[in-house]
Amino acid sequence: MKPNKLVTFFIVAAALLVLPLLLQQGGNAWVRIVDTALLYVLLALGLNIVVGYAGLLDLGYVAFFALGAYLFALLGSPHLAEAFPVIAAAFPEGLHLPIWAAIPAAAALAGFFGVVLGAPTLKLRGDYLAIVTLGFGEIIRVFLNNLDRPINLTNGPKGINQIDSMKFFGFDLGKPHEFLGIEVNSVSMYYYLFLVLVIVSVIICHRLENSRIGRAWMAIREDEIAAKAMGINTRNMKLLAFGMGATFGGVSGSMFAAFQGFVSPESFSLMESIMIVAMVVLGGIGHLPGVILGALLLAALPEVLRHVAGPLQAMTDGRLDSAILRQLLIALAMIVVMLMRPRGLWPSPEHAKPLVKPVKS
Amino acid sequence: MEVLLQQIINGLVLGSMYALIALGYTMVYGIINLINFAHGEVLMVGALTSWTIIGLMQEAMPGTPGWLILLISLLIAFVVCGALNFAIEKVAYRPLRNSPKLAPLITAIGMSLLLQTLAMMIWKPNYKPYPTLLPTEPFQVGGAVITVTQLFILGATAVSLSVLMWLVHYTRLGRAMRATAENPRVAALMGVRPDTVISATFIIGAILAALAGVMYASNYGTVQHTMGFLPGLKAFTAAVFGGIGNLGGAVLGGILLGLIESIGAGYIGPLTGGVLGSQYSDIFAFIVLIFVLTLRPSGLLGERVADRA
Repeated sequence: MKPNKLVTFFIVAAALLVLPLLLQQGGNAWVRIVDTALLYVLLALGLNIVVGYAGLLDLGYVAFFALGAYLFALLGSPHLAEAFPVIAAAFPEGLHLPIWAAIPAAAALAGFFGVVLGAPTLKLRGDYLAIVTLGFGEIIRVFLNNLDRPINLTNGPKGINQIDSMKFFGFDLGKPHEFLGIEVNSVSMYYYLFLVLVIVSVIICHRLENSRIGRAWMAIREDEIAAKAMGINTRNMKLLAFGMGATFGGVSGSMFAAFQGFVSPESFSLMESIMIVAMVVLGGIGHLPGVILGALLLAALPEVLRHVAGPLQAMTDGRLDSAILRQLLIALAMIVVMLMRPRGLWPSPEHAKPLVKPVKS
Repeated sequence: MEVLLQQIINGLVLGSMYALIALGYTMVYGIINLINFAHGEVLMVGALTSWTIIGLMQEAMPGTPGWLILLISLLIAFVVCGALNFAIEKVAYRPLRNSPKLAPLITAIGMSLLLQTLAMMIWKPNYKPYPTLLPTEPFQVGGAVITVTQLFILGATAVSLSVLMWLVHYTRLGRAMRATAENPRVAALMGVRPDTVISATFIIGAILAALAGVMYASNYGTVQHTMGFLPGLKAFTAAVFGGIGNLGGAVLGGILLGLIESIGAGYIGPLTGGVLGSQYSDIFAFIVLIFVLTLRPSGLLGERVADRA
């Protein structure tokens, strides 16, 4: 690295490390916003593998997030013991698996479903694929909502609560800790965990992008038939993209479950999937800095706006409350950004070629 | 047996609404290859507009017959939705005609969200009862019951489908639409103005959606700003099911989907011994869709190979 690049690197790193400590002075709400934003970055990075690299439009991505979150919740809460006498006999307090078993299990389940979804849809492309993945997301959500009888697996619309927090070798992220005399509370601890995960994911994605696999994905994205003719096994590559993207979703899901301590079907609606797609496309599809920017903007801005919406609500006689204002601004952002920069806010400079041929006109 | 007949009637009613909405999706897709995600919201605006008009008319002119009020509110909803969809196309889709394909998809999602939000501000977020304007005495058909509202839905669907088919197959505009769907550039060389044709397509789609919205509201008796989402999704599924871009396919897909959903919801409980209930009816659409597309990637009546990314 050049010296001035190194300096920038250290400044950014220091700023990222200090950020939650500064924010937590103003209350946990602000740190929580940043935490959520980082979770969305993780999700957007995962979806970017499927949509950005391999060009497979997936509108049901949140299903994998949900699967990861629910599996983690089941393994780390008393719910299974309450619902099943067999389990209660062996584990009266619930399973409470250590995260070293729960997170890989969540990742594996999500990855498995990613491949299961990918397999029958290999022949489909574009909009057909979009609608099938969208349907898959809805199917998962309906099951989560209704699997509380005849056997109570998901506790239905009420969701599962009392989920364990993240514990590393007895170090509990759910409790405040003190380092060098500085009090670091639980939400800030999660910030550091999520930050590490985001950095690891960025490194993985970056390496993938320049690997044979990544190049094969991009070849499929640009022209599937040509890619096949050049000897790329398009079937395996597409399944790999689905599986890897879904694994990211599963890991993010287990983080979400542990962070919130509560999961319910409401968090996994179609709107969430659409928001994640919007983050990827709005930022700059297939371009890591763009994807991160898109995720941060769409996840954090509305939350920040929520805090300034009070006066507006008073001005407009209660019609324009914070939730409405938030939705209005997201909608306008999606339209205006796309009209002004159809390739995203921060598009990739070298792959400036369109993802697909422009629509004939 | 009566149960089956009843479910078939309900399924046909549901299916004809899906078919009307699906036509809007499929026409737009056939011409500019865009999933118009805001289509379900046009339906919602149509239903809420007619709700407002009905309320105003019942207050201003008490004693007007119900069918007349319904008709007038329907016509006004047509105008409002037609203008709305025309504007949406002009603002959010036309400038992006030559952009990467995901860009108009995102503006479409943004439009859908924007319309929902605006509707929430204009009409407030609560559920509103939609008045029953048609006679409520039902007819008996072989042990099953059919209401006047359901007859109105079936009749209006049949009429509007016939008009649409005539329009597409026997008029200048229809020929221009088919030519533009085939190849806009060549159509333009032949003296067709693609932009005009596209605008016309959006207006026709909006009218069908508004009709479906009023039907939906009359059938279920409530209106609200999120009411367009699920029917929009189902109708889009129906359009893909039948082979997107194919008008007959949209109608077939819509009616089949309605039938599957309604019969499935009626029988899933007894068939599975009560393990799965009718709350699963919303996913039949998607399960059927996945099966059909696995076997026939371009839908039931789709001829084109699904090669668009």
